[in-house]
Amino acid sequence: MSEGLFSKKNIGLLADPIGSNNPITVQVLGICSALAVTAQLKPAFVMALSVTVVVAFGNVIISLLRNTIPNRIRIIVQLVVIAALVIIVDQFLKAFVYDVSKQLSVFVGLIITNCILMGRLEAFALGNKPWPSFLDGIGNGAGYGLILIIIAFFRELLGSGTLWGYRIIPESWYIANGGFYSNNGMMILPPMALITVGVIIWVQRSRNPKLQEK
Amino acid sequence: MENLLNLFVKSVFIENMVFAYFLGMCSFLAVSKSVKTATGLGLAVIFVQVITLPVNYLLEKYLLMDGALAWMGPGFETVDLSFLSFIMFIAVIASMVQLVEMVVEKFAPVLYNQLGIFLPLIAVNCAILGGSLFMQQKAFHTLGEATVYGFGSGFGWFLAIISIAAIREKIQYSQIPAPLRGLGITFIITGLMGLAFMGFMGIKL
Repeated sequence: MSEGLFSKKNIGLLADPIGSNNPITVQVLGICSALAVTAQLKPAFVMALSVTVVVAFGNVIISLLRNTIPNRIRIIVQLVVIAALVIIVDQFLKAFVYDVSKQLSVFVGLIITNCILMGRLEAFALGNKPWPSFLDGIGNGAGYGLILIIIAFFRELLGSGTLWGYRIIPESWYIANGGFYSNNGMMILPPMALITVGVIIWVQRSRNPKLQEK
Repeated sequence: MENLLNLFVKSVFIENMVFAYFLGMCSFLAVSKSVKTATGLGLAVIFVQVITLPVNYLLEKYLLMDGALAWMGPGFETVDLSFLSFIMFIAVIASMVQLVEMVVEKFAPVLYNQLGIFLPLIAVNCAILGGSLFMQQKAFHTLGEATVYGFGSGFGWFLAIISIAAIREKIQYSQIPAPLRGLGITFIITGLMGLAFMGFMGIKL
């Protein structure tokens, strides 16, 4: 195999999940823990980064082990690998960004059962070499992160008038200060995350009719 | 007793796994095309939830929590193994699911055939692990509370998947814009149902 590290196929592995094969809007994976962390941009970004790290390294480890794992117990092996990686990420977050880790609460632990991980390990890492698996992991993590950040952008901007904790809508616009503007409190509530994803899917599918369902 | 009833109502309606925390979304969206299969999966979730939560509660209380190992004698009071909880919980869930699968297959083959493929898939349903992690966060006092919470959160999930499946069966006959068909409209309906469930939040228990 004298294929280059960044051959066309490998670039495809990296780029497809970001757009036309996005894990959230097309493969419908990993919605479980995604939506609850998107009320603000910062936790969403940290979450996206954590998932990317776990999926990339989980892919590599499973890909290295793929010829030695007996088929019958592969799910439990995958869960153990993922759980170990998630513990590392969790301890890291607790040590360096404690406030975000508190905000994410149980959702860091829930990365373990994030369907993206099982989905990618089952569908890709078990049948491919480590390097393509790594790229596939990064690509899927990035596709997941992209959607998370889009949702969080709108929810934080419309819901609290801030981005990344910094004020975007000036204080003087608010009704309380004699202005005309008021935050849409509904954007902070969990159901709006679902509706936002629905709208993102709508936009993506009307631009790319191949993805539409009959 | 009243306390347990409150906990049940709270975990079914106010802190519904699907609408308040988005847990178990993947199977919620994938398996909600018909009411019949949705019922099977919902029952399986309740079943596993009722079994795993008490087991994980005991593990947490006598093994993982800060100072939980005190029963082993002096010198163990300060051991804190809580960083191991993810791996312990998921191992318990995976092995319990396997065990439940074998027991059901042996003693209730009819139920086994009805649940079919869904039983093994539950191991990776976030609602199950989520239940255990919330149990850890809420720090319940008795085994009874943990069991009731398990039943309540499973029942809430069951209720949610049945209602969305019923709506999706009806909506097949509606004229929906092509790009929204299937997944898109399901997300929006779930969001609207979530908004309706927010109405329960005002209830103080």
